[in-house]
Amino acid sequence: MVKVKLWGSLRTLADGNEYVEVEASNFKQLLDQLSTKYPALKPQIKRGVSLALDGVIYREAWFTEISDENEIVLMPYMVGG
Amino acid sequence: MALDTSNKREFKVVGTRVQRPDGIDKVTGKAMYGADVTAPGMLIGRILRSPHAHARIVSLDTSAAEALKGVKAVVTTADLSTPEDDYFADIRDNCLAREKVLYDGHAVAAVAATNKHVAKEALKLIKVEYEILSHVTDVDEAMKADAPIVQEGRADESVHEGWSQNVTSHFEFGHGDLEAGFAKADKIVERTFKTAATHQGYIEPHACLASLGTDGRGELWCCTQGQFLVRTKCAEILGIEASQLRVTASEIGGGFGGKTTVFIEPVALALSRKAGRPVKLVMSREEVFRASGPTVSSSIDVKIGMTKDGRITAGQAKLRYQGGAFPNGTVEFGSQAAFAAYDLEAVQTLGWNVMTNRPKEISYRAPGAPMAIYAVESVVDELCQELSLDPLETRLKNAARKGTLSSYGPTFNDIGLVATLEAAKTHPHYSAPLGKNQGRGLSCGFWFNFGGNTCVSLNLNSDGTVGVVEGNPDIGGSRASISMMAAEELGIPYEKVRTVITDTNSLGYNDVTDGSRVTFAVGLATIEAARAAIKIMCSRVAKIWGIDEEAVVWEDGCAKPSGPNAGEFPPMTIAEIAAIADNTGGPIAGHHEVNADGAGVSFGVHIVDTEVDPETGATKILRYTVFQDAGKAVHPDYVEGQMQGGAVQGIGWALNEEYIYGEDGRLQNPGFLDYRIPVASDLPPIDTVILEIPNPGHPYGVRGVGETSIVPPLAAISNAVSRATGVRMTELPMSPPKLLKAMSER
Amino acid sequence: MKNFHVSTTINGDDAEFICTPDETLLDVLRNRLGLTGAKEGCGTGDCGACSVTLNGRLVCSCLVLGAEAEGAEIETIEGMADGDDLHPLQRVFIDKAALQCGVCTPGILVAARSLLEKNPEPTDEEIRYWLAGNLCRCTGYDKIIKAVQIAAAEMRSV
Repeated sequence: MVKVKLWGSLRTLADGNEYVEVEASNFKQLLDQLSTKYPALKPQIKRGVSLALDGVIYREAWFTEISDENEIVLMPYMVGG
Repeated sequence: MALDTSNKREFKVVGTRVQRPDGIDKVTGKAMYGADVTAPGMLIGRILRSPHAHARIVSLDTSAAEALKGVKAVVTTADLSTPEDDYFADIRDNCLAREKVLYDGHAVAAVAATNKHVAKEALKLIKVEYEILSHVTDVDEAMKADAPIVQEGRADESVHEGWSQNVTSHFEFGHGDLEAGFAKADKIVERTFKTAATHQGYIEPHACLASLGTDGRGELWCCTQGQFLVRTKCAEILGIEASQLRVTASEIGGGFGGKTTVFIEPVALALSRKAGRPVKLVMSREEVFRASGPTVSSSIDVKIGMTKDGRITAGQAKLRYQGGAFPNGTVEFGSQAAFAAYDLEAVQTLGWNVMTNRPKEISYRAPGAPMAIYAVESVVDELCQELSLDPLETRLKNAARKGTLSSYGPTFNDIGLVATLEAAKTHPHYSAPLGKNQGRGLSCGFWFNFGGNTCVSLNLNSDGTVGVVEGNPDIGGSRASISMMAAEELGIPYEKVRTVITDTNSLGYNDVTDGSRVTFAVGLATIEAARAAIKIMCSRVAKIWGIDEEAVVWEDGCAKPSGPNAGEFPPMTIAEIAAIADNTGGPIAGHHEVNADGAGVSFGVHIVDTEVDPETGATKILRYTVFQDAGKAVHPDYVEGQMQGGAVQGIGWALNEEYIYGEDGRLQNPGFLDYRIPVASDLPPIDTVILEIPNPGHPYGVRGVGETSIVPPLAAISNAVSRATGVRMTELPMSPPKLLKAMSER
Repeated sequence: MKNFHVSTTINGDDAEFICTPDETLLDVLRNRLGLTGAKEGCGTGDCGACSVTLNGRLVCSCLVLGAEAEGAEIETIEGMADGDDLHPLQRVFIDKAALQCGVCTPGILVAARSLLEKNPEPTDEEIRYWLAGNLCRCTGYDKIIKAVQIAAAEMRSV
């Protein structure tokens, strides 16, 4: 199980949890599991999210490996100017 | 993708100040920008724009315009496709209005004619009947329950019931117990700030030359930060296939985020398809201001608590951003960036994205961050003043560092904030004496940076020189940096490499030149492409020598035996290998395709001295120093250039620049005379200090530098003005009348 | 609208063109003569990207009518280098990275040359005020001012 931190406004869509746990060994599985477990998160995941893995931000990269050792934080999809 | 952590720190080419490859073309007037090309049989396009802030289009009659001699095509939204995705439909509706016009300057129809005089006449013959609707341009007004609704049904699931329909999304970030945090504070300051919308202000207006046949095959030349994105958007909006539309990016006359979408390109393509001839479409400066993307305007509440000895106990910010007439996604970045420089036990940011009857905002350098950090850094400074604390020491005391739980969620790894603050503290600027009516201010700045989709091809020519092909428009000298990194990796002189930026049919998809990503991501892909070419060269040489591939190493532009056991062979130079490539297996090339991650966040610190004229309220910038971590400065001149350019854009934002709307919802200052960007005589030299704390995510330690520099000036100048005058300004810009009024009420 | 037939001198060469009465010199240069080095950044004389000299005087070519070029001597960025020999300002601008996107550069070079012809030893402040009519959004002007000083010193020494 990996622990994922959600940003504040997503928590109401995930039964009020700041952290949710899902069975996943990469980002793709993590996002799929989140969508299944918390269908209310689906629209945001579909619009796009970034994931921070031990402080490094990834925009896409489904097959980035993760484990319960990592700090994983869901973030909005990065943009720039 | 595994990050390359083999940080190289000894360089021969990287870090030098070579001449840029496009220099001569640009100093002799030969460089070809968006409006500099023509095509045989070319028509001139023009766009009819709404004079109203908000109105329903009751009828639109183009028949008289079509009948005018010399008019070859007239298009409206009916000539565009119907993308399924809201994202593309919004872009289409921003290019040509559908049903309603949503802001002053919103495009309604366009004509293509044999010359610009005929095109102008034709616009007058288009009859539009409008039903004028009530409008709203201020963010706080737009959030009220009874505000005019810009568009209905656009809110996402984060928006609470009962909020104005103009609120399209809501965000919350943070951690810790706010109440407990504020309870521990000796002093709490709470303030509300407003910042005006500013425009990216690139000197080159949007321009394109389009040619599209009825068979769906097309060519588009335009000034853009991303030709691939232009292709995707135009293909969706025109209903054609991406493979059939070749987009070539011209030299670009500035962008700063403003050229990361399309405004006129789909319109020019639609005109060309209808007329059967190429169409050139160029925006006037007035059109640029009225109808291309400015940044958001904001209204922000900040509350921060501090102990007597300068430790922040809790911080909260509520950020309301209006992003024009379509849903936008900017406040989430302001909300994440607001407190990023601080190590906080309790922090919360709340953000609202709001629609108004203004042009749709588009990214502007570190989108969303400058105004958020302005508000936070102003309150931190006020606390320092109230508690008689040194503002730099206080920031050091609270600075985020490796291991800090960031205000936006993750734990920071290697970041350069403390080193940057230390550099500022020991710099002579910080302790230089000040005169009467003068004040010194400082501010931290932050931006995320990113990597993104990138493709690079590197081809070895038969004479041993190298061509690099990449897909990101060079907006500030990146071709030089890319050539430098290729030369570094190959061990050859910079002059032996030429980098070109290619069209959409010659390379895979490349993300836009934004997010401070090019030197980082294109550089990373170039290094990998060079390594791929080196691998091929070593294997060819191994065959010639009859030894194992692993026994050949690459050093200083030559293949060499790896050691005495590999055998005795004289090194083969890249030129020698290239000359016999035909015999050894054919052309030699390396390429690399990646969605790059690991860009690494960026911090900066700015110190500014200002003098305020007590008679006029005018603020003069006396001295300015920028401190920023570049990871590794590939071409220091252009790193300094980014730091200086961003700082001056921030100075304009702080002191002069603003979108001014009248009661009628019309933009009152759509020109450089009334929308005043900084000129040379407004400014002192902008001094720079580059720090190089390697980014572990890049083979050479490179960190993006383009955006962070616009973030600190807003608060740095406001803080300096406060110390010069004793007045805390909470609105930007701090134009002389506003400052004079505040000083007289002191 | 009857067109004008105009005879003029551009960068030392004879030039002739037809223009409408309301056509700007900038449009003539760009659209009729193929000299696209001067840029239209605003069309209202606020940005200086279209700077040229008309009988030795620095002007915004977007504020001059094409018809006013009759019998005049016009110098544009295209005439600044002598063949393959760059003007010192052009060379120093490249050496000292005084440009980023480069779209304001032709106008700034024309304006800077015009300053140095009048005042070979300007102070920084004089350069800053002379170039105040030439907007640059990329550089913050710092490297531009330094480059003009270096080129001026070099030009004085020959």
